[in-house]
Amino acid sequence: MNNQREQMNVVIVGHVDHGKSTVIGRLLADTGSLPEGKLEDVKAMCARNARPFEYAFLLDALKDEQAQGITIDTARSFFKSKKRDYIIIDAPGHIEFLKNMISGAARAEAALLVIDAHEGIKENSKRHGYMMSFLGIKNITVCINKMDLVKYSEKIFESIKAEYLEFLSEINVVPQNVIPISAREGDNMVSSSSHMPWYKGSSILQALDTFSKQAMPYEQQFRFPVQDIYKFTAEGDDRRIVAGRVETGTIKVGDEVVFLPSNKKNKIKSVEGFNTSATTTAVAGQSTGFCFETQIYIRPGEIMCNAAERAPYVSTRFKTNIFWMSKEPMVKGKNYKLKIATQHVPVVLSQIVSVLDASELSSIASKSEISRHDVAECILETLKPVAFDKVTDISATGRFVIVDNYEIVGGGIILAPVFEESSIVKDHVHRREMNWERSGITPEKRAQKYDHKSTLIVITGQVETGKQRIAKALEEKLFRQGKFVYFLGIPNQPANLEKAGNDRTLNRFFHIQQLGEMAHILTDAGLILITSISEADDAELKILKSLNQPNKTLIIGVGEEEISTELTDLKLSANMETEKAVSQIFDLLVRSVVLDPEYNI
Amino acid sequence: MNTMTMDKLDNIEAQSVFILREAYREFKNLAMLWSIGKDSTVLLWLARKAFFGHVPFPLVHIDTSFKIPEMIVYRDNLAREWKLNMVYGQNKAALEAKITFPAGKIDRLSCCKALKSEALKHTLAGDWPRFRMNHTTGQYEIDKNTEPYTGVIVGARADEEGSRSKERYFSPRDKNNDWDVGDQPPELWNQFKTDFAPGTHIRIHPLLDWTELNIWEYIQRENIPITNLYFDQGTGKRYRSLGCYPCTTPVDSTAKNVAEIVEELRSGKFSNIAERSGRAQDKEDGGLETLRRQGYM
Repeated sequence: MNNQREQMNVVIVGHVDHGKSTVIGRLLADTGSLPEGKLEDVKAMCARNARPFEYAFLLDALKDEQAQGITIDTARSFFKSKKRDYIIIDAPGHIEFLKNMISGAARAEAALLVIDAHEGIKENSKRHGYMMSFLGIKNITVCINKMDLVKYSEKIFESIKAEYLEFLSEINVVPQNVIPISAREGDNMVSSSSHMPWYKGSSILQALDTFSKQAMPYEQQFRFPVQDIYKFTAEGDDRRIVAGRVETGTIKVGDEVVFLPSNKKNKIKSVEGFNTSATTTAVAGQSTGFCFETQIYIRPGEIMCNAAERAPYVSTRFKTNIFWMSKEPMVKGKNYKLKIATQHVPVVLSQIVSVLDASELSSIASKSEISRHDVAECILETLKPVAFDKVTDISATGRFVIVDNYEIVGGGIILAPVFEESSIVKDHVHRREMNWERSGITPEKRAQKYDHKSTLIVITGQVETGKQRIAKALEEKLFRQGKFVYFLGIPNQPANLEKAGNDRTLNRFFHIQQLGEMAHILTDAGLILITSISEADDAELKILKSLNQPNKTLIIGVGEEEISTELTDLKLSANMETEKAVSQIFDLLVRSVVLDPEYNI
Repeated sequence: MNTMTMDKLDNIEAQSVFILREAYREFKNLAMLWSIGKDSTVLLWLARKAFFGHVPFPLVHIDTSFKIPEMIVYRDNLAREWKLNMVYGQNKAALEAKITFPAGKIDRLSCCKALKSEALKHTLAGDWPRFRMNHTTGQYEIDKNTEPYTGVIVGARADEEGSRSKERYFSPRDKNNDWDVGDQPPELWNQFKTDFAPGTHIRIHPLLDWTELNIWEYIQRENIPITNLYFDQGTGKRYRSLGCYPCTTPVDSTAKNVAEIVEELRSGKFSNIAERSGRAQDKEDGGLETLRRQGYM
């Protein structure tokens, strides 16, 4: 397989009508990359319809695109140089289709930025230049096109070049080349043009061939975002495999690893694969899987790191640059879904630092929301801690998208973590308690009357471990003893789907929130409230505890290790005998003075 | 995969596996379309890579009844050998009424629409019967599961044909299976559209970045079993692309094995001729793009 050729993705961007499609058509034709007969077919079609032939027609694979005469969506074409194969991604120049441009550009390793020599620099010339830097594309060549229309004037070329380079330097972008071309006439496309003897630099094809492929990040700190945990039992397979892709670095059997944000540690026992020869290492770029020395309970989304290396940040707040694509502006206080590496968490826009007009590069500090096509520097707050890196350190774990109403509506890069004590949940609880109109009956009076203190008992663990059975038996026992007790069995799936939508991540949070608020009212009324919740993690239990404040919460973990020990008040084994489980919880209630028989106010 | 550096096949393999795992994580009702051809067979192999030898979702074949018979034999053999959850669907009404192109009743495109697009739409939705292989008896039985598939993995490649070059890895289809080319979701870095409104579904395209040559190089590297129809068996002809026999013609080629096909594509007679040139329906008005908008694979 040594004769596999190198491949590079190149995106072509620029203002509408500045000639991107013609550049691609020319490259395909002049490198001999068109399928046999294609050029003749298109020329014949033009002749039939009495239209002059244009190289851009080679790309017009779709009908409505021809009708409108503009590229709607990114399309891929393939061409070859002697050095390597290129996939050229044609990105639309029209502002309406910016999200399509971004999609094309996000998978590119290099960019050709086309500017019309006749029209000069336009809004999207700047916007696209900015987006290339936002997306992290390092290899950029600027093509000043349609030089034939300005009589191949060096003066015009130099003036556009100077103006555009000045703009790029403001956003710290240095292009590799600025090339005067005429795609229609084929000047400086694959070889030097005789029309512009004053230009001594590379042709486009030469420029592309000098772009270097970015080396795989083998040397960076190891990052393995967990996609899933598999246990396929078919054919007697008893492996429990943590699957994902190594984004950066390398790891080997025997290395100690840490999962973040849960902070669980383990040791690599094996690298798993199918139809591969046995291996003890995994490197950046590989989609692979691992088994571990000891049993492991983690969730998809965690980042596995080498315990001996610098860890990613774990926080709920970070400073970002966001690019917004939805017609609905991004507003404060609304729950969105954040997808970063393989983590999905609810997120809220906490603070807008400034909004940048990408075409003019002027900053607007006073905006209260982020509108479509804005680039904003802002602070986001997730409702659970996430693990991440600064985009300048490790890009794969430093960029994210935002989802609203089933759609990806924003993309962003993380500039820095923000560590602050305040949080949305804490602020909410603080405000709620400040504004709560207190009953005249104090908790102490209630405790005296009911002969017990109030508490929330949360029984958590994996599905089908007998949580509900235990919860109901406990309720019954306490009830028989005359305690003021209630089992709250609200379903995981909220009845009011209209409000919550069918987003699993946001629904889960909504459920926790609802449970916490109800618990707060019922424990405030002096109840012993029992509830069960499947597969809660540390962060969710902490939110629940916070929402139930200032009232007491007791957490009981059923089954194998899921949550951290400092959060757990009592540990029960899975499918324990009901009576035994109830009596252990009962002892806990006594110990924690909810039911102290000697209890006196 | 076992060396310290990744070559091109390693990279596209890793990306496809990543996509398959994202799909499996996000979609409860997931299925993979298996056309029995080389691309979707590579896709099936990649699923076994992604899930460590298992294929944890059903494979759906749309059987037009005009498939080359060897294809069905090959399908069922592999399904048995790899213990696949094998499902097929069919437009029984059109076949029984003989409203097909081979029967001379309709043109090629209408035939494709009826036997493939319609059959696919209703098989995915679960409102036409699905036939599932019973591994104990080896026979197909009506599948009790009629829930619609909300994630459908398809082996389309961007280099096949113009309209496919505009696909996303995760591409939404509306209630009528229609594809809105003008309004596609953004796809940033490796974040895909995995959320979908009720009634819609997502087509997942893990092979988008693969070329025909990559497919054969990978078949060669992994030693993936492929139906013999792709090889010249002494007649000087072989199939380059598989479909229904009335509309697919073999090409002139003496490539007898995978290595010879790779050579033929790399530098030989096919290095500059489009793959689907043997597919008659593409040449009719509108062709594949019209079919695709209406839900064709």
